[in-house]
Amino acid sequence: MKKQYLIITYIILIFIFSVFYLSLDKKTIYNTEDLIGKKINEVELNLFDKGTFNTKEISNYNYTLINFWASWCGPCRKEHKYLVKLSKVKNLKIIGVNFKDEDSKARKFLLEMGNPFFILAKDKQGKKTVDFGVYGIPETILVNKNLIILKKYIGPLNIKDVNEIKKIINQ
Amino acid sequence: MKKIFLLVILIFINLKVISQENFDNKILKNLRCLVCQGQTISDSNSDFAQIIKSVVNDKVKEGLTEKEIYDFMAQKYGDWILLNPPIKKNSYLLWVLPYLLFLFGGIVIYLITKKRLAGK
Repeated sequence: MKKQYLIITYIILIFIFSVFYLSLDKKTIYNTEDLIGKKINEVELNLFDKGTFNTKEISNYNYTLINFWASWCGPCRKEHKYLVKLSKVKNLKIIGVNFKDEDSKARKFLLEMGNPFFILAKDKQGKKTVDFGVYGIPETILVNKNLIILKKYIGPLNIKDVNEIKKIINQ
Repeated sequence: MKKIFLLVILIFINLKVISQENFDNKILKNLRCLVCQGQTISDSNSDFAQIIKSVVNDKVKEGLTEKEIYDFMAQKYGDWILLNPPIKKNSYLLWVLPYLLFLFGGIVIYLITKKRLAGK
């Protein structure tokens, strides 16, 4: 009987160790895995200049990158050169959604840093970003012409992300 | 008479506002603030929480049910945003394991007691 207790104790210890080993290695912060492969909703965005843009129009382009940015956001400044780089890529259109910003400051930002956006929209209250599953800026979403999310980048884009986006488009 | 009538209307409006606030708050307490450490949307004052509060308020006004609002949020941010996530295939073990361990413990205690009683 003592031997049996020992075996049970060992099994329990191994189980507890395995649970801790697997769980401690796991990322507990929010990730975007659940969103990949999902379709974005039809959302009506106000354009910077007059008029609106409906996301269903994205189906006119092979690949679209939707970037959420603001002039007051430091990391947005950091990633901007990569967006400018991506704006020269064939088969890719970039939509910029200016988040809770002042028009004059946003325009000044683009004048200084360059305008990579094919379409420039704005979300003054930040509510529209919820439709895209955005929870902070900068965030960037790559969608195909079927409006399916292929990739979502949280935080500023870097050269690795640029190469990954190019690779997806050229596939 | 006119004054009483006005008072009744005011009380009615007030009760309606309170009940909607409670309903909003119940939903907000079940949503996780994704940018905070262990806080609900209801508890947080972060920018993200303020936007979600406003969107939930809009959805309630649009007439969406509690479940529809949770579904909408889960669709946008994944099940991670729900503090009471639904039972899914990959989380069966998590839900069932405590009961299994409880059962296993009961069997062990039963066997030990049975053996001790038989030894006496």
